Amino acid sequence: MFERLATEAPLFFNIHNLVFIGQAMGRTLGMTLIGCGVGFVFGLLIAVLRQTTGRLLLPLRFVAIAYVEFFRRIPFLVILFIVLFVIEPLMPGTSLFGIATVAVCLLSTAFLSEIIRSGLESVPRAQVEAATILNFNTLQTLTMVVLPQSWRVILPPATAFVVMFIKDTSLASQLGVIELTFAGKILVNRGFSPVLGFGTILVCYFALSYPLSRFAAYLEKRLAAS
Amino acid sequence: MQHLEIDNVCASYGKLEVLRDVTLSADKGEVVSLIGPSGSGKSTLLRVLIGLTPLTAGSIHVGGERVDYSNRKNLKKLRGHMAIVFQQYNLFQNMNVLRNVTIAPVKIKKQPRADAENKARELLEKVGMQEKAEAYPDELSGGQQQRVAIARALATNPEILLFDEVTSALDPERVKEVLDTIRSLTDEGITMMIVSHEMAFVREVSTRVAMMDEGRIIEVGPPAQIFEEPQQDRTRDFVSKILSH
Repeated sequence: MFERLATEAPLFFNIHNLVFIGQAMGRTLGMTLIGCGVGFVFGLLIAVLRQTTGRLLLPLRFVAIAYVEFFRRIPFLVILFIVLFVIEPLMPGTSLFGIATVAVCLLSTAFLSEIIRSGLESVPRAQVEAATILNFNTLQTLTMVVLPQSWRVILPPATAFVVMFIKDTSLASQLGVIELTFAGKILVNRGFSPVLGFGTILVCYFALSYPLSRFAAYLEKRLAAS
Repeated sequence: MQHLEIDNVCASYGKLEVLRDVTLSADKGEVVSLIGPSGSGKSTLLRVLIGLTPLTAGSIHVGGERVDYSNRKNLKKLRGHMAIVFQQYNLFQNMNVLRNVTIAPVKIKKQPRADAENKARELLEKVGMQEKAEAYPDELSGGQQQRVAIARALATNPEILLFDEVTSALDPERVKEVLDTIRSLTDEGITMMIVSHEMAFVREVSTRVAMMDEGRIIEVGPPAQIFEEPQQDRTRDFVSKILSH
């Protein structure tokens, strides 16, 4: 086997293949970061919405809870196909990458909103009361008191979620998005050894997730110290 | 006209009635203390006054004007005149001492930062915490945090100041420094309502003392009456027990 690897390696690592793998890596990272970034913003909105108590927002809260409970319970692959079959007829010509990214947004919004919610709830109620009696409004209480104190609870699991999602985006290969896993499959189909092809892909996944994990660890340490 | 008038106020947590027809008043600059066993409604009364717990019946007048707790504007105005210091200090953990004291004047009352900081440093000096202006709450002892909390409350220039068992969470050694701080405020014309289990302190600083039990006011009178010649058996019973231990 090693002989085969040794003879194939120079052929495998040509500029064409490297660009191909690099592009696939970019797609994997892009789906994850765009999807989770958007998911974080909407997740934050949902988490904040669920903290409100006014009767006026009750229908919205209900929709938010239904959304979160629903999307946390269906497999990512199913969401991918649902998004594909909804978007295709409505907006023909949308790229597969775009469709997969939308699916990531939908799922990460649901999961990240729960992570953010538990962070917001970790701040003692008394902190909110102290702000209330000083005449802070809801937004001021959130931005000046609650959020600054909840980052240290939110960020570690949120980054862990993103790191995990780097791996889960491989399911987008089922749609035909040429991300890392699909790229590996294509290279192997071209006749390269599966050990070489998927071994390279494995190293790429590691190269994507390890720095993020380190970053999360760094954040965790920094936030715990402050 | 009384500065603070509480008339037949009732409040409940769910089905549990915690305040029943409470009537009490305080003249401008008066120090009224609330004593009584745990669960008698003392803290709830303070929370109702500042609008953290809703009242279910009765009325509250401040400076002759009835407070409408369901009206946001009215509540904001009330909280502009009234401050509360909590048992657990509740300093903002993400801000240093100086910022804890200046945040409301700067962000809410829109005072220039320099003015607010000067005032804050004066207040911190008054409570003996000027050295710790840059420290974060978790670097301070309970007594120090509580003194900062008092400075934070004073920074909004309150006319009425509520103290909710402010020494109950402190080491006995720290109690004195906080009580000394409160004592130094009693001649500044601020109307105060103090919930406390420190009977010697209550007796010394109060103009009047109200004895509460089971959500009702049992007896109100000058400290000498409450501690020496209580008119009600329940007061006598409570005072004798708490003074003899």
